[in-house]
Amino acid sequence: MANNRQSMRTHKSYFAFVGHRVSGLLLALFLPIHFLVLGLALEGADALNRFLAFSELPLVKAAEWGLVVLLAIHLLFGIRVLMLELTDWPNSADGRTAWIIPSVIAALLVGVIFLAQL
Amino acid sequence: MLKVSIWRGVDEGEFIDYEVPMRANQTVLDIVTEVQRNQEPDLAYRFACRVGVCGSCAMTVNGRPRWTCRSHVNDVIDGDRLVLEPLRSHPRIRDLVVDLAPFFETWKGSGAVFKPSATRDDKPVKITADDPARKNADAGIECINCAVCYSACDVVSWDKNYLGPAALNRAWTLVNDAKHGERKETLNKALGDGGCGSCHSMGNCTRNCPVGLSPSAGIAGLKKFALRGLPKVEKP
Repeated sequence: MANNRQSMRTHKSYFAFVGHRVSGLLLALFLPIHFLVLGLALEGADALNRFLAFSELPLVKAAEWGLVVLLAIHLLFGIRVLMLELTDWPNSADGRTAWIIPSVIAALLVGVIFLAQL
Repeated sequence: MLKVSIWRGVDEGEFIDYEVPMRANQTVLDIVTEVQRNQEPDLAYRFACRVGVCGSCAMTVNGRPRWTCRSHVNDVIDGDRLVLEPLRSHPRIRDLVVDLAPFFETWKGSGAVFKPSATRDDKPVKITADDPARKNADAGIECINCAVCYSACDVVSWDKNYLGPAALNRAWTLVNDAKHGERKETLNKALGDGGCGSCHSMGNCTRNCPVGLSPSAGIAGLKKFALRGLPKVEKP
């Protein structure tokens, strides 16, 4: 019976914490791949062109969209953390939680702009 | 009837189900007391003041740490069920009772022990109510060390070195206190291993503090002082 427990983690600043960490980890996974692809240019135009053709596949484009949104989320949530830790709080109850949902919306808008550029 | 699951045992144990009559204006502490008096005389739990002053009745109620004396059943019930467990991240003694000694030890690690900056022969430090440092200290001073924030914090549960929100909140009040003689030392300890740098700003402490304090603000303030230096205060 002891399984209907409410979570203490269902609130905005916890969401921002998870969002910032997970986006950071995924971006960290992306970076080595990014550098490997850049390294292909050193091996000649053919290798790089083959990858660029591969990157035009719809699934890869979708992953690229995800990457852009993750980057925007990480940046915006990171700015919030910097504001929390480097500036005075308006009052001790204001953990800039009001920035969290707008940050997500702004990141999704960046994703929309990316899609519009395709 | 109210269905109540209560943790029985220490680290090994099980949830035992009880049924308690639903009454008007019941607190969760009333429920535990009813179970102990009428159904399970050897149920171990802790309380003292029953009015939200001492903090000793804190337990995990339906997944969140709370003062049971100040938690109205209607506000925390999930359907017709209550699940009661001991506070998380503390060594368990039995049933709903935990050992708070390691929690109080964290205070020493954070430099949160007051050292006077003057003797009884000195003139008292003049502190005005609108002094910015005093306002900082006032924002965190009402902590009664109930350990709810410590239990709510995921970093505490992950990192055994982490001092936790209560000890760091205490350090925050001291580094802003003109009467404290070791403000620099307290700040250095709060910045040390397991100190404020381990906080991930997840905000569980602030969300669950029964007094409505914001340890998150204090911890962020300590990080800020690490870069900007301590604020100036009146000298004795």
